[in-house]
Amino acid sequence: MTVTTPTAPAPTSAPAAGRAPATPRPRATRRRALSALRTAFGVVVVGVLLFPVYWMVNTSLQGSENLLSTQWFPLQVDLGGYREAISSQLGNLGTSLVVAVGAVVVCLAVAAPAAYGLSRAALPLPGGAVLLTLLVITQMIPGIVIANGLYSLYNDLGLIDSYVGLVLADASLGVPFCILLMRSFMTNIPASLIEAAKIDGASEWRVFRSIVLPLSRNSLVTAAVFAFLFAWSDFLFALTLTTGQQVVPITLSMYTFIGAHTQSWAALMATATIASIPAAALLVVAQRYIAAGVTGGAVK
Amino acid sequence: MTTSATTVPSSAHRAGAPGGGAQAAGRQERRVGTGARRRWAMWWFVLPAALYVLAFFAVPVVNNITTSFREYTTATFYTGEAPFVGLANYVDVISSRTFGRTTLNTAVFTVVSLAATFVIGLALAVFFNAHFRLNSVLRSLVLLPWLLPLIISSAVWRRMMEGTSGVLNELLGLVGLGAVPWLTDPAVALYSVIIVNVWVGIPFVMVILYGGLQEIPRDLYEAASLDGATGLRAFRSITWPLLRPVVVIVLMLGFIYTVRVLDIVLALTGGGPAGASDTYATQAYQLSFRDFQFGTGAALSNILIVVTLLVAALQLRANRRANDLAG
Repeated sequence: MTVTTPTAPAPTSAPAAGRAPATPRPRATRRRALSALRTAFGVVVVGVLLFPVYWMVNTSLQGSENLLSTQWFPLQVDLGGYREAISSQLGNLGTSLVVAVGAVVVCLAVAAPAAYGLSRAALPLPGGAVLLTLLVITQMIPGIVIANGLYSLYNDLGLIDSYVGLVLADASLGVPFCILLMRSFMTNIPASLIEAAKIDGASEWRVFRSIVLPLSRNSLVTAAVFAFLFAWSDFLFALTLTTGQQVVPITLSMYTFIGAHTQSWAALMATATIASIPAAALLVVAQRYIAAGVTGGAVK
Repeated sequence: MTTSATTVPSSAHRAGAPGGGAQAAGRQERRVGTGARRRWAMWWFVLPAALYVLAFFAVPVVNNITTSFREYTTATFYTGEAPFVGLANYVDVISSRTFGRTTLNTAVFTVVSLAATFVIGLALAVFFNAHFRLNSVLRSLVLLPWLLPLIISSAVWRRMMEGTSGVLNELLGLVGLGAVPWLTDPAVALYSVIIVNVWVGIPFVMVILYGGLQEIPRDLYEAASLDGATGLRAFRSITWPLLRPVVVIVLMLGFIYTVRVLDIVLALTGGGPAGASDTYATQAYQLSFRDFQFGTGAALSNILIVVTLLVAALQLRANRRANDLAG
């Protein structure tokens, strides 16, 4: 696979000629053909990559009678899997929703002010550089270490199997990421705007609330999207910090489901499909924020 | 990933433009009067996050370190007694029969996953860097596997890799190949888990590398094409050198994410069959939360931290040296 720029000489013209005087028309059609070829290739690649997603939906629509094999297409749609999924998993989906929304709230409340405090738009913070380095390092700590270390603490505090405990733990998946992400946006806010407000006598808090936050709306949305997805996808904390009795997010119940009765694939895949909706919806609604977030949060 | 460099410049800007003259100096003085207090006031913004990081990262890590020097058993939960045992847990972990295999599994899982994810992700990034219709739609669709909860992806792949009825074996049958016991054969299980992990990781690698490619000025390629450098040649002499800083970040983040993967392994194979797909992460989980040996579990997960930080530091250092050499 190579990078071809629009001005690259056509392969058939003599290479030595450089910008060989190929007549414009064939070149335009060739370019269009190339574009169509690329589109076709792209569709095939994306089709292959998304095949498991198709298979999930396909399996979910075939009911529980096809125990042995799944048909290639859901020609006879059987919603039995969805009925079973909804009747048994609705509560767990609700739990996931509550926990994920809670984690978003905690995450933004903690991360947004910190991002401003650490941004270039704010005054230089004594010790800020140290904190930033620590934030980068926190992202390198494996989740199992956090779970391990939190467990005895939670045990002492009575936070095992509690919503508060799981929300706080799940927020930890997003806090460093959100701070770094929002900070890189806030750093780009023109200092003159903030200086002007301060000269007018606005307090730091006032500057943050009425200038920085509104200007950073896009990055807040991106951060919230990621915090939600991180918490919605969390499995490790759900597995280790709950007993599986009272607070059961959908990821944990799916895991138990996989172990318990894998013959009911339609129901499991229906649950999976329903649990994928937030990710799919966010992809549609917030796709440009997502791509910006992946690169922004990671690279900058 | 910038740290100190990013907070420093604001002090330069606070000092005002060098040529600002008396007016700038006066303004500077007015601000310096409140400057120190205001700078400390910024800590109120950072304080909640600092406390949070302390409670949810520093405390667990310290807790994990002290736990690793103590003997935890199920009885500890009733008696509260966890005697200090020094390095015994580490000795136990390292001298256990499974440690060698788990180390090898972790290495194979991480290296093969990362290599495959990187190569495919880079190919896709280069492909999507060209102009064609539907480019942006297709590009965002690729993201979907990465956004799905890992447990969901694992459940779907488990269905696809199931015994003889799984669709992967059906596909192999269509092209005349025999069925593969994806999840039940000790020789295959680790690679099945790797396949799923690669599938999950491709979008992330692709998006970051694509972002890096977009930053490379187009006219460099135009200039190169005048010199006859196109295709692979242009990739080698323009794309690759300019992309390298991003490549280092992708590899580092990829390593950090891959070495700790737990969901996929637990949901697909549970580390089996017979430990064939156990890694440090899954083993640490099982020691702590299934066998309730929190001491040895903590020791193993601390080894995981050390490995992670070591590789991350090496990668960053290699990058710095490469940048120094490049001037």
